[in-house]
Amino acid sequence: MPKAEGKLIDKDGVRIDGRKFNELRPTTIQVGILSNADGSAYIEQGKNKILTAVYGPHEVHPKHLALPDRSRLRCRYHMAPFSVDERKSPAPSRREVELSKVIRWALEPSIFLEYYPRTSIDLFIEVLQANGGTRCAGITAASLALADAGVPMRDLTVACAAGKLEGQLVLDLNDSEDKEGEADVPLAYMPNLNAITLLQMDGQLTLEEFEKAIKLSLEGCTQLYKMQKEALKAKYVVVKEEVKE
Amino acid sequence: MPTFYERRQLVTPGDLVAEGNYIAGENTFKENEKLYATRVGLVEYEERKVSVVALKSFYIPEVGDTVIGKVMEITLGGWILDIDAPYPAVLRASDVMERSYRPQKNELSSIFDIGDLVIAKIVSYDRTRDPLLTVREPGLGKITRGQIIEITSTKIPRIIGRKGSMISMIKRETGCHILLGQNGVVLISGKNLEDEQLAVMAIRKIEDESHTSGLTDRVAEMLKKEKEGEIKNA
Amino acid sequence: MSMIIRVKQQQIAQLMSKGKRLDGRGLNDYREIKVEMGVIEKAEGSSRVLLGKTEVLVGVKIGIGKPFPDTPNEGVLTVNVELVPLASPTFEPGPPKEDAIELARVVDRGIRESKAIDLGKLCLEPGKKVLVVFVDVYVLNYDGNLIDASAIATLGALLNAKMFKYEVEEGEVKVKPGYTPLPMQNYPIAVTFAKINGKLAVDPWLEEEQVMDARLTITIEKEGKICAVQKGGTGYFTTEYILEAAKIAKEKASEIRKLLVK
Repeated sequence: MPKAEGKLIDKDGVRIDGRKFNELRPTTIQVGILSNADGSAYIEQGKNKILTAVYGPHEVHPKHLALPDRSRLRCRYHMAPFSVDERKSPAPSRREVELSKVIRWALEPSIFLEYYPRTSIDLFIEVLQANGGTRCAGITAASLALADAGVPMRDLTVACAAGKLEGQLVLDLNDSEDKEGEADVPLAYMPNLNAITLLQMDGQLTLEEFEKAIKLSLEGCTQLYKMQKEALKAKYVVVKEEVKE
Repeated sequence: MPTFYERRQLVTPGDLVAEGNYIAGENTFKENEKLYATRVGLVEYEERKVSVVALKSFYIPEVGDTVIGKVMEITLGGWILDIDAPYPAVLRASDVMERSYRPQKNELSSIFDIGDLVIAKIVSYDRTRDPLLTVREPGLGKITRGQIIEITSTKIPRIIGRKGSMISMIKRETGCHILLGQNGVVLISGKNLEDEQLAVMAIRKIEDESHTSGLTDRVAEMLKKEKEGEIKNA
Repeated sequence: MSMIIRVKQQQIAQLMSKGKRLDGRGLNDYREIKVEMGVIEKAEGSSRVLLGKTEVLVGVKIGIGKPFPDTPNEGVLTVNVELVPLASPTFEPGPPKEDAIELARVVDRGIRESKAIDLGKLCLEPGKKVLVVFVDVYVLNYDGNLIDASAIATLGALLNAKMFKYEVEEGEVKVKPGYTPLPMQNYPIAVTFAKINGKLAVDPWLEEEQVMDARLTITIEKEGKICAVQKGGTGYFTTEYILEAAKIAKEKASEIRKLLVK
């Protein structure tokens, strides 16, 4: 893929795709789209296409992994071979292993795991097409898949990344913005508890820039949180309206 | 002491339902005087108790529940059943046979084999052990005819209806015998397949529209229409 | 995961709420750090670090390989971590699992994002041959805070590393006599915090790690900028905690850096 020519963001803070510095990519979310999984959700954020599914709580296999006092959340973040520019081997890469771990940590605080001892909740995040910010979009959808499966939670978990692009702080970087930019700060958040459950950063930021990036990401999270709730309610709202007719 | 939703309004996990001196009912949790929903469902108020009737949930075994399960495994001591719950259920051989009798595996399979459907009752269950079943009471045992469908267990009360009004209506209109397992597995057996299909349609409709009102009338209407259609096509 | 005695767990948590730690340290105090360089002669660079009782040995090997397609004129850095079974009853033999992989990637991030190694000086034949810097982190004893210990040892090993002088003559890479140090231009230091009972404590030891509800690692480069952040564990932080940690990390990083860079 050729590198982007020219600037990615102009002096007025308008980016190549027309977005302002604090605008999210166009996002759609659907819940309950897989019939076999206990819960599922699908998100499209810009060119990202991510499918998430939950099985459980159910018996743990292998049995020795069972915890006596809580359920075990297992998470698999995986990218399809055709999801990126150069075909990616289907075997889990080190990046996928790390992301699976941090995503699990991001979602665990919201789940009442202690209600279901000796079971496991298996969460799958399949990136069908990737264009930057997939761990965040994956978390946003995965939280809905958990709700769709009827897993009781303290709050939904929502995630969004902010970063620095050609000297300016921006929200929701796409792939080329991430590659060319100076920093990327993915963040996951539970709004009710004001709890940041995922926070990573790579690049270089001063402490002040880091603070601004966090605040920018939280703004993006607030917008996505509303979309999550609407997506969960969508099916029921449609049925209710049909019934009225 | 404010509440933020009306009765039967739809909420999602994390929605703040009430604040103040309320009791946290089903599918809610309380933190610092604030009461939040933990599942997608409809808000219910019962004096000072706030709960959410879950539209999305799964069955958690309760002692005394009648459940319909499928035999998954035969062990030396009995059977392991899938009751559509996070935990598999155990039915001991001693429950079915005399206490002193030492059963062989192939004898057990002649009583309940893998794949058989069984109606049973939960006799014990706690956090440290899988639920234990019994088939000793009348009406329990192997299912030999009919078909089963699986629905969200929290919707069973909706299928029963107020004072059984919904379920009696469906039984009447379809002429089917319907057994509701508390675990969301429903057994339907009728005179023929068409009658059973009618009952299935009715139950699926209730499941999809359980969050709306006037459901009993709509289901009755649908059944009447379908039956008329059948008579016309016959 | 070794079980921690419940009474001790409560002890640690209670002391923490008063700003005290079981080993007498203050919340912002590191354990004693000992750094040794050049301990493995066969490695191009090496360093052994003792952080309290946590012991990490890092060996750097330099080889020749192909550059990444999107950086044809730069050398390659690769970091691997082995949680050697002898280091802890909880480490099992086998290929790196998620803990080792996360640790490797966090250490790598600090080095890479701070541009600590001047990878541009490691190109032999643009697009074809570059020097590959293999960093292997060998954890020898696990008593908490592997991230910081591994990061210090990695920086030490890289600063200690010497490479052959290479020259390309008529399309062939020839080794010239003598050595030259690996070109280093930044000195990232990772500072990890444990959140216990509402307090942030720097450099958690093993039992504090078992009690903590979350950890936060902030890596600071030589000019005080943040170049890597990693939140770990099943708990959470608020923005206030994060910014507080960042401030403390900046101070601690410059203190620790003095052990390696005068």
